[in-house]
Amino acid sequence: MVQTETRARRGEVDASNGGSRRMAGLDRDALHGLLRDMLIGRHFEERAAEAYAIGKIGGFCHLYVGQEAVGIGAISALRPDDYVMSAYREHVQALAKGIPSRAVMAELYGRATGCSGGRGGSMHLYSAEHNFLGGWGIVGGQIPMATGVAWAIRYRGEDRVCLCFMGEAAVNQGAFHESLNMAALWKLPVIYIVENNRFGMGTAWERASSLEDIAAKAHAYGMPSAHADGMDVLDMRKVVGEAVDRARADGTPALIEARCYRFMGHSMSDPVHGVYRTKEDVEEAKARDPIVAFIDRLKQAGLVTDEELEEMDQRARAEVDDARAFAEESPDPHVASLYEHVYATENVAGRLYFDRRER
Amino acid sequence: MAEMTYRDALNAALAEEMARDPNVFLMGEEVALYSGAYKVSKGLLEKFGETRVVDTPIAELGFAGIGVGAAMAGLRPVIEFMTMNFSILAMDQVFNSAAKVLYMSNGQFKCPIVFRGPTGAALQLSAQHSQALESTYAHFPGLKVCTPATPADAKGLLKAAIRDDDPVVLMEGELLYAMKGEVPDVEDHVVPLGVADVKREGSHVSIITYGKMALVSLQAAARLAKEGIDAEVVDLRTLRPLDVEAILRSVHKTNRAVYVEEGWPFIGIGAQIADIIQSEAFDDLDAPVLRVTQADTPMPYNKQLEKVAKPSAERIVEACKRVL
Repeated sequence: MVQTETRARRGEVDASNGGSRRMAGLDRDALHGLLRDMLIGRHFEERAAEAYAIGKIGGFCHLYVGQEAVGIGAISALRPDDYVMSAYREHVQALAKGIPSRAVMAELYGRATGCSGGRGGSMHLYSAEHNFLGGWGIVGGQIPMATGVAWAIRYRGEDRVCLCFMGEAAVNQGAFHESLNMAALWKLPVIYIVENNRFGMGTAWERASSLEDIAAKAHAYGMPSAHADGMDVLDMRKVVGEAVDRARADGTPALIEARCYRFMGHSMSDPVHGVYRTKEDVEEAKARDPIVAFIDRLKQAGLVTDEELEEMDQRARAEVDDARAFAEESPDPHVASLYEHVYATENVAGRLYFDRRER
Repeated sequence: MAEMTYRDALNAALAEEMARDPNVFLMGEEVALYSGAYKVSKGLLEKFGETRVVDTPIAELGFAGIGVGAAMAGLRPVIEFMTMNFSILAMDQVFNSAAKVLYMSNGQFKCPIVFRGPTGAALQLSAQHSQALESTYAHFPGLKVCTPATPADAKGLLKAAIRDDDPVVLMEGELLYAMKGEVPDVEDHVVPLGVADVKREGSHVSIITYGKMALVSLQAAARLAKEGIDAEVVDLRTLRPLDVEAILRSVHKTNRAVYVEEGWPFIGIGAQIADIIQSEAFDDLDAPVLRVTQADTPMPYNKQLEKVAKPSAERIVEACKRVL
């Protein structure tokens, strides 16, 4: 996945230079990388929806269709050693951070080869290798923890950052306000990205918040904030990139409101429209599909050909099909592993588990 | 041996572990400039600086979660709650995050964190400040819980808790901080988790207990001794992992058990202990297992009412006589 160096990213004029055209400071390969990630993300979620419908994937399953530009644009502004922590709509963010699609799909299937060994499922994706720290299922619960990861960065004097994704509904939790206060107070290098997809499950944002402008909430903590177009992968990358550079330089945190739209229901159990939004609303948003919009821009700038697009799409489909086949063929975790990883240290003395006398 | 207070023993444990491992830091309300509401962290700010001894805003959920995130990133936080009553605000981070991250991540992210603070009733602090929440914490797989009764155990268990790779909740006795006791003078006094301590040997009845109630039980045992009854006091010291062998050994010897805890009776630690004894030592029992607990009410403010609500030496004596 695309994670280019920050210095190469911005401040460069979109102009021909020896025949190599650029957009937003990115060369053709980098732009194609972003598009490829978005296509993989879209196909991945569509395959996940199919697998869920036939019972191959269980539990809750929250899809990212329509929001790809947010996670992919934001994460493309990071270095591999930066951290990402998220909530439960995180499949595509996990992919963007570099977790192989096989490991993510296998986790959705609950298989031993999944990135959480089948213990987490759709909502709890982890990879220590890729600095992807979950995957959390309690709304807003990840916000203090991501702040703590930034605390650890500051404690060690590192120049890493932590991105913390949340849905707009999480902003009403106390955890959000407690965390932003301490992050600003202590100058912790954390960037909070609020994915404002307009609805917390079925509750429209304007029915849940006394203040509509989420970015403005940062003023209460003296924290820099910004709006980003969550339907535009390049704008996401630019706005998050600026915050990342600042956080890396002097630890300043930031709050970014990414305005986007969820094309699917809240989870696979919910209808796409009907109760809280109309079909027309959804169709109107789909007309601004972030992938279609990005392709149009690239085409107009002469930065992608139809042949390249076709090939990219085929490769994305093939990768996701391979991930699904891998998940299908992977084994379940052993039943005997039920008690593994409850504790890191199973003390020599005393009983830890109360249903098993031999413990 | 050196005589020191429970407070100083905890302080020594923190100072030693912070000197030993640069990843250990202390965070909580009033822990730095003010030295802690109960003065447990006196001198640590001067010794270790403000990066490692950190005053927080009053935001229990927030700073508990900061601790969990820092632990996931490889540090070893000690999070102080001014009292365990306030930890109720932070329970989402303790139960949903700290206790589960190792499991949900299939072993990829450890959470070596200590949550500590005073538990139980002091004097006339009324309902919201007089709660013993040990059974609540011990309920969750993924957490370890210890409850030191003496300065020596306070020091040794806190050191063990800080070194443990799992989240440990260390519940201190609010009325014990000024209590003095002998602490081994050895260089590295660590009390392993999961090992009970027989605080008084006896042959007629086993009083099984922990924390401050171990001291009340010793008072009860002294009174019983005057009447010719020889009670054994088993201090569990750690509730999870639980030293089941020590409980069974004692019951095998005395054939009678009285369980004492500061918390409420319903679904208390005592319910689990009684279940273990009846299912694993049924043939050893000559009498039912009795429990002495706090009254099943919120703690009242009035002095007389409070006295009646708390488990006491009198009630322990009475229970022991009933099983004999």
